[in-house]
Amino acid sequence: MLIDLVTRRSVLALLIAVLGTIAAFAQDTAGPQSRTRSTDPQSSTQPADPAVLPSQFEFTGSWGPLATEDVQNDSVPVDYLGLALTDEGRTRALSYDESQKSMIERQCQGWGAAYAVLGPFGLRISSQSDPTTKRLVSYTIDAWEDWMGMTIWMDGRPRPSEHALHTQAGFTTGRWEGGALAAHTTHMKAGFIRKTGVPLSDQATIDWRFFRHDNVLTVLMVARDPIYLVEPEIISKGFRLSQTPLDFRDPCVPGFEGREPGTAVPHLAPEENPFLDEFIKLYHLPREAVLGYRETLYPEYRKKIKDTYVSPPPCTEDCGVAGNFVRRRGPTP
Amino acid sequence: MRRSLCAIAVVLAAFSARTLVHAQRPGGAQLSSARDMAPIDLTGYWVSYVTENWRYRMVTPAKGEYRRIPVSPAAVPIINAWDPSADTQAGNQCKSYGVGAIMNVPGRLHITWQDADTLRIDADAGTQTRLFRFSARASSAAKPTWQGESTARWERIAAPDEGGSLRVVTSNMRAGYLRKNGVPYSERATVSEHFDVSPLPDGGQLLLVTTIVEDPVYLNAPYITSPHFKKEPDGSKWDPTPCSSTW
Repeated sequence: MLIDLVTRRSVLALLIAVLGTIAAFAQDTAGPQSRTRSTDPQSSTQPADPAVLPSQFEFTGSWGPLATEDVQNDSVPVDYLGLALTDEGRTRALSYDESQKSMIERQCQGWGAAYAVLGPFGLRISSQSDPTTKRLVSYTIDAWEDWMGMTIWMDGRPRPSEHALHTQAGFTTGRWEGGALAAHTTHMKAGFIRKTGVPLSDQATIDWRFFRHDNVLTVLMVARDPIYLVEPEIISKGFRLSQTPLDFRDPCVPGFEGREPGTAVPHLAPEENPFLDEFIKLYHLPREAVLGYRETLYPEYRKKIKDTYVSPPPCTEDCGVAGNFVRRRGPTP
Repeated sequence: MRRSLCAIAVVLAAFSARTLVHAQRPGGAQLSSARDMAPIDLTGYWVSYVTENWRYRMVTPAKGEYRRIPVSPAAVPIINAWDPSADTQAGNQCKSYGVGAIMNVPGRLHITWQDADTLRIDADAGTQTRLFRFSARASSAAKPTWQGESTARWERIAAPDEGGSLRVVTSNMRAGYLRKNGVPYSERATVSEHFDVSPLPDGGQLLLVTTIVEDPVYLNAPYITSPHFKKEPDGSKWDPTPCSSTW
């Protein structure tokens, strides 16, 4: 009887010890969803063991834009810096007239999937689960007034036929990979990769990676287009977790902006685009860079123009708050 | 009854041992160096792919322009007084190649292991070298340098072979410029970085460096950028150039 009692107590003690070990290990490997557990590496004196992070992070919430990187490139009509365009893409872009967006039937057309990182707004992300199984079905990035939003399907559903309907948002599937959310978008309607009319064809695809480090979300976009891009357009944009919910979902309400419905679509003859030299002159930029030639994306190009480039003088009038030049445009030709 | 309890104890002990082994390292091996523990491979040659902030990185912006940088009022007089000739004369032509800016300077990186616990990054632009020490030494009283002192730690994803990230914190750097045209950061700044690798659809690899500069003197808010680099097959395009105050 006494031996039984001792044995039971020993086993009980062993059980508690084992469960404690497992619990401690589970805590070490899981970590909090916010990924803020990492200790400051400067506090360690030996090669620190890697911090162990969960394979997924909390993606939902409101993420405010940081605006510390220039990715919009829409302050002047002809700014294709940072793009590698085909000749056809460049010609299409130069034929674009911003007045198209004043046509009442186009005012609420919105922008395509790439505008998630190219636009000025933050991301409001929610998740949707199957009501029965409770398994994750999708993430949704809410629309803005001029963006259609994005649904990232996480349930492994098949991609639709290549002949299926193409939309502004396209069709996006996602999966967790290497601690990041990886997503792939197809089935986009022909549209634009910049608001200044740089085109993106309906054959384009976009690969996304969403990385979270503490309260910073870095979104990596790799857009490929066999028609209009010589090389992928790669954009990485930062967002910061917002303590207050963001909501940019104002409805788009079309109104008369001087263009009668049914009149011709405003456009420009590419070779006569009156804004072609505006950005070039304003900032002394090389023409091939402003027009999106591939070689301008690599360091060799910087060396090539080193001896010929002259910085513009400091801005002394019509300056922005940060000392930048602002448009000094005369009447529209 | 006693036999049942013993059986339970044996099973739990076995499970516990397995768990403990797994907790040490995936695969059970005893790894001791940062090089051994690397969840991702950063080594090799990488080239800047300048699709963002082109106007601020590929050419020298106009004096006085600091758009997109959350500067404090204390920074504005310094920005407006930028004098590259004076920097050159004072031997400070590397001010725009310091740790606060170097990852944004167009160029190539060569990443190697200097030793088992020190990752080395050479940048051909400005011929700069950064050392990421995983084994932190006692805080040195060394003079500040352009690249400061960087302490690194791997962040490994829980699932085996699931990759991870590198976190680096740098301090004790000389005051420098966030941009070529004299937008300053002070010696009191700290730079936190996260290095991530992403596959490209064409089979290549992309290195993404999320960089957070915090400076109580010249910034009102953290200055966060995320320059990216494409992996290159070799160092055939490696081209070290000296620092320049103007270019």
